Order: sequence, then structure tokens, then C-alpha cells
Amino acid sequence: MTDARHRLAALLPPDRVLTQPEQLAAYESDALTAFRTCPLAVAIPETTDEVVKLVRFCYQERLPFVARGSGTSLSGGSLPVADGIVIALNRLTRILRLDPAQRIAVVEPGVVNAQVSLAAAPHRLHYAPDPSSALICTIGGNVAFNSGGAHCLKYGMTANHVLGIKAVLGTGEVVEWGGASREHIGPDWCGLFNGNEGLFGIALEITLQLLPRAECFHTVLAGYRTLEQAGDAVSAVVASGLLPGAIEIMDALALEAAVAAVHADYPPGCEAVLIVELEGPRETVALDRVRLDAIIAGSHPVEMRPARDADERLAIWKGRKSAFSAVGRLSPDFIVQDGVVPRRRLGEALRRIGEMAREAGVRCANVFHAGDGNLHPLILYDGREAGALQRAEALAGRILRMCIEMGGSITGEHGVGVEKLEYLPVMFNADEIDCMMRLRAAFDPHCIANPGKKFPRAGAPALQQRGLHPLEKAGVLSRE
Amino acid sequence: MIQVSALLTPTTPAELAEAVRSQPRVLAVGARTKPRLSQVPNGATLVSTRALRGIVEYEPDEFTFTALAGTSVREIGQVLAGKGQYLPFDPMWLEAGATLGGTVAAGVSGPGRFRFGGVRDFILGVRFVDGQGRLLRMGGKVVKNCAGFDLPKFFVGSLGRYGVLAEVTFKVFPAPAARLTLKLTTSGVEAATRVLMDAANSRWEPDALDLLPDGKTVCLRLAGPAPALETLSREVLTRWPGQALSTESAEAAWSEVREFRWAHADGVLVKVAITPAVVPSLDALARSLDGTRVHVSAGGNVAFVSLPSSVQPTAWHERLCALGLSGVTLRGNAPLWCGVHKTAIASAVKQALDPQNRFPSTDD
Repeated sequence: MTDARHRLAALLPPDRVLTQPEQLAAYESDALTAFRTCPLAVAIPETTDEVVKLVRFCYQERLPFVARGSGTSLSGGSLPVADGIVIALNRLTRILRLDPAQRIAVVEPGVVNAQVSLAAAPHRLHYAPDPSSALICTIGGNVAFNSGGAHCLKYGMTANHVLGIKAVLGTGEVVEWGGASREHIGPDWCGLFNGNEGLFGIALEITLQLLPRAECFHTVLAGYRTLEQAGDAVSAVVASGLLPGAIEIMDALALEAAVAAVHADYPPGCEAVLIVELEGPRETVALDRVRLDAIIAGSHPVEMRPARDADERLAIWKGRKSAFSAVGRLSPDFIVQDGVVPRRRLGEALRRIGEMAREAGVRCANVFHAGDGNLHPLILYDGREAGALQRAEALAGRILRMCIEMGGSITGEHGVGVEKLEYLPVMFNADEIDCMMRLRAAFDPHCIANPGKKFPRAGAPALQQRGLHPLEKAGVLSRE
Repeated sequence: MIQVSALLTPTTPAELAEAVRSQPRVLAVGARTKPRLSQVPNGATLVSTRALRGIVEYEPDEFTFTALAGTSVREIGQVLAGKGQYLPFDPMWLEAGATLGGTVAAGVSGPGRFRFGGVRDFILGVRFVDGQGRLLRMGGKVVKNCAGFDLPKFFVGSLGRYGVLAEVTFKVFPAPAARLTLKLTTSGVEAATRVLMDAANSRWEPDALDLLPDGKTVCLRLAGPAPALETLSREVLTRWPGQALSTESAEAAWSEVREFRWAHADGVLVKVAITPAVVPSLDALARSLDGTRVHVSAGGNVAFVSLPSSVQPTAWHERLCALGLSGVTLRGNAPLWCGVHKTAIASAVKQALDPQNRFPSTDD
């Protein structure tokens, strides 16, 4: 393998192939911080041609590679593999084309999500998907994991905004699918590529659709005595025929954290805060807001605060968007789950999560996309305490099984990564996993593109894994 | 061209899987509203989904429904309307009896795809039969899910060449309180193209934006609360000359589009993926082939092109390829694909899903 590193060094200038332990340390982990692996080397391409060259080299050498953007994956999607390299895409940051007439942007994979909307803003356009990490996460990573955000019910996920992809596959083949048109001919290859979790290859150029910025917003914040009341309010809004751009709920622990971290101002004594936002032409919003306010007012809130201006709206969102990092201040470590349940069972799901957390003696904060049933329990633990991580993971596992039992999904937007390896085979049967593995092999016959993510590395699905993580058992992983 | 050796009519997903396993060469058909898609050169046993129909699950509160592949889009529309909901991409060939499975496999969306997206943006999950005759589930039944690979999207436009759909789950939206269609008259295709671009970038959030085959009439549909639409429509009509249509005239106009009544009944019908910028070139191409009609939909992102039987498909294909565009033939005798290139990955994925080539080749 040392030889492979030598040959790799010949592909790029010396300062762009990192092999020293102190250089590699920064790449050992992503936002799933409980897992760390030191890669053989990190390659830093500056052009898409160099990415292709690197992937073809890996194919010839049968050398595993993990593509990495900003390393914000919450499921361990960009966790390195010990016998492979990391291809760091942070220098591929060009917006190659921004066409306001066609409402598209063509970007390299290392472009940061929020930069797209920033570049489009002078044209009154924006890029809709807005994961909480939008200020740092990259479009390449968003495509690989089909990232979501707060606006998915109305606008969909990353895949719904990707019109074209040029990619290098695990075979070294370079393909171009779709393009500037919002329609496609033949099977939807772009749709299939989104959410591949790096198992198909690396996106080199991505064509994104841009949408006109809504002219007008109406954002309401309401505090409730109980989570059930907040859940009932969501049902009432949904049943009314309104189509809000966002419906979010934060529970008491998340509220406490946001208040402590960014001095967010929430109604006191509430077990839940609901945020609902309408958007559209001012004439439409003027009519819809009257209906929305009446529905919220009738849902027994402790207090209801419609944002009176843009500043108040931003303040509401600042509290919500900072919730994750705010909870981080309450606890040395946490795991974020992102299972999905049918919306009508949200109240029941939250009650059961609360019970399970109490039984396990683990604290759990909830911040979630109520409009689409996407839960985000933040399970708090102290990694220095013996057995704490195991208890947190056990609770996470029970929550995921509950989501599957309720007819939902183990992941709404974070992906399977290494974190939920055990649970994909609970959601899909052996034939379905086999079908996915066959697909993966078509894109990556040597199993070198992000191996060990989504499916256990050995090949056969591990149906009833207990205890150690499969990768940990294989001696590939270590935990802090 | 077509050799029908038998027609199987399974009534359940399990029977569909059995039907696929029972034959060496299989192609699924629905209501045959896009007949070119099932004309395959080497013949195949046709499996009809006409008895595989019905809504399996409909949860209005969840904004989702699941239906068997042979269910007509018309029936689905009626059931959804009963709960004040709809499929925003406007399924086509409603009156002609198009099925949900056929709509997915053909990948054809109607004018409403402009606002919130097409079939690919509303499909959530599928149960399908792969080439090994296995009944498999992919995707999910909730509005947000990224577990596994997104094969449901891949099946949009896959023409039954990679698998046969048994059941499909879709996201739906609450129907807007009202709709208002404006017919805008322009001086010609260049001006009409500018209207498409400007209206798409406007504050009005149009619901549909189509350019009719005359090359100069733009149909712009607004959707939302009725009083708001009146104000918005006045503003649109200040910008461009035109008129608001009565509910009946609007329904007639959109039904003409949806049922392809504007197209030659016996000619070739092709779906072409375009951008607004190429609309004038496509219009010029159509004019160079006598009698060819073009309907531009989704704000200039898709064109449906109807060739009279007098036009040679080869001449059409050459010119379309020269514009760098790609298309798929839905009706009539013309090559299935135009401007679609073979890739190694397409063969590999075909091999993965259909190792015995039970379904027709992806080439034709």
C-alpha cells in the first residue's frame, strides 16, 4: 500500500497529497464525531480533470476512496476508510454558470450551499434546499446525501432541484445526465444519483434549478403547554388546505438550549414552540395569513407571535437554525437521528421517544420538521462516561425501529452512512437489499467508492447486528 | 413491427410477478395512450395492467396515496378532488384513460409541472417486478425519505425496460382555491419566448405557462385564493395584451393540451426536453417541416412535437439532433430515441436489474 501512496504522489503536486499523521488528523472524522478513522492519504484536486484522474487511479489500483466536502455529514458519510484515500473537494468551488433567464446555476461539487443563493440573489432567485448546515456544507455532499432542510414538504429535497449531473463513476467512466432543462428524456439518472451516498462515484458538475425568491413571507411563532397541542395545530394547518413553506417544532429542551445559546426569545413555560411560514405573492399571503392566524389562534397556544417585519422573521429562524449547535452546549456529545413517521403519528412518536429516553436515563431534545414528519431527536451523552455512548446508540436504535414500525423511514435527509447500517436491512428485505447491491456493483464493481457506507463492507447485509458497529468489529473503526 | 404473442392480465402484484417469471420476454402496457413505447422490434409477451387497478391507501392528512399501477389517472384525480387535493403535475391523457404506471414509465407531465415539478418530483415509492421476477419495494410511503437508492425516480421515463411497476406511492398537494387562465397574445415566437422567461421570473408564481402551437399565444395560469388572482391577473394584463378566460373556456383550452387534440391524430408525437432559449430555433425547425406542430409546456422546458405522416422521421431526427436536443417518440412510426447516447453505465444497470433481458432492450 506504501507503493500506492508513492504512485498517488505522482498524480498531484506534493503539497496536495497529504500523508503525514498530523495532516491526516483533520480528515479523520465528520459531523458524526463518535467515529474516527485515519485514511492512507488525502488528495486535494483543484480541477475536475484531476478528480477523474484520481478516481481512475483508484480503479486501477483497487484503492478505496471517500469523497469529502466540508465533512458535515451527520451519518458518517465522509468517514475515511483505513485502507483508502480521501478526495477532498473543497477547492472545486467555481460557479461555472449562472443563467437568470433559464434560472439555473452550474456548480462544482465544492461550492458551499449558501453561496449559490448568494450568487443568485441579485437576480431575485434562490436555491431552495436549505439544510441547517447551509453556510458550510457543499453541493457535492448535498447531492450525495440528497439533503433536505426546512422546506421539503412544499419544495422537496436536493434531488428535486438537481437538473443535470456530470460525474465520474466508480468505474472511471465519465457520464453526463440531464442538463439545463427541467425535463429529462429516458430514465431519471440524476434522480438515481442523488442520495447514492458516494457509492456510485463523484459528481463533478451539478446543474441546479433556481427559483424566484418569494415576494412576501408570513411567519408565526406559537408556544404550547404540551407537544400534543403543537402537533394538533400542525394537523389543523395541514387539513386547512394551506401549503406552508415550513412547519417546524422545537421541544422544551431544545428551547432551553436556544435561549441559552443565542438568547432566543420564546414564550416562557412552553413545552413546545411551533413555527409556520407562508410565502408567495403579497396578495396571496395577505389572504392566507388571515386563515393561518385564525387556525393558530384556535389551537390553544399560550402565546402567538406573528413576525411583524423581516427582522422579527429572521430572529425566529435564527433560534431554530441554531438549535443543533445550541443543544451541543448542553452536553459534551450528542447523536442526531432523522427518522420519519407519518405526520398524523407525530404526537404518538414524540411521546414514545420521551418514554424511551426516560427508561434509558438519557436526555433527548427534539427539533423537527413537523410538516413532513421528519424527526430530529438529539440524544445527549457524555462520551467520557463508561457506557454512555452505547446507551445513546441503543436509544437511537429503538427510535429507528419505531419509525419503521409506524410505516416511516430510518432517514429523511441525513442518509444511512455508517450510523444506520444496521437498520437499512430492517426497512428493506433481503431481495431488496440484493437489488441495491447489484445496482451499486454496476456503478462500482470493485467496491472502492465509499465502501462500508449504506451497506456493511463485507457485502452480505448484516440482518441482526448487535453491539459493536460492523466496521468496528472489522477493526476498521475506532471511537473516541 | 409488433408481435403480440399473448396478453396476460394479472390482478395482483404477486400475479404480476408470476406473469413476468412465466415468460422469456415481457413488456408491460397500460391503456396504450403512448403506443410507440410498446412497439418493440423482437416482440414480447404483453402484460396488461388493466386488471391491476385501485387505490390501495389514501391518507389525505399525510398528502400521500398509493395505487396499483393500472389505476387510471382520471380515477385518482376524482378521488383526490373529493378531499380537496390534486397531483400538481397535471397527468396527461386523462380522458383517454392513461394509467398511473404508464404515466411514470413514460415520464410525461402536464402543464402544472411548471410550478412544483413533474412526475419525478411527486413520486415517493414503488413496488416493481425486476427481471428476475422478484416483487421489490423501493423508496417509501412518507413524503420525506432517503433510505436506499432512489429507484422510484429512475423509473420515471424508464419505459418498462428495467422493471415493471406494480404499485406507486405519490405525494399530493392541497388544490388551490381557484385558478385563472390568461391568454396572452404576442407578435411571434421571439416575443412569446421573452414572455415565457419574464413570467417565469416574475413575482406572480404562475401555476402553468405554455406556448400554443400557433407560436404566439401564451397560456398563463394563476392559482390561489380568487381575490388575489384578480389583482395579479390585472397586473399581468397590463404588462402584455391578452384576456382572462372563463372557467369553461379555460377548461376547454387545458383539456385540448392534456388530451393532445391539437396534434395530428395519425402522425408522430415526440416529447423533447428543451430550455426556453431554444424555443425560437425549435419553432423554425417545425416550420421547415411542413405541417409540423409544436406545443411548448412548463415555461419552455418541454416541447411536444407532432409531425404529420407526410414528414420523414429521418429528416426530423437529423434536425433535432443538430439542435443538440433529445427526445422520445410517444406515438407513430419513428425511432424511439433521438439524441440519447449509449453509456456503459446504462448497460450495466440494465444488467443489474434485468440480467436475463426479460424486458425489451433499452435501445428501442
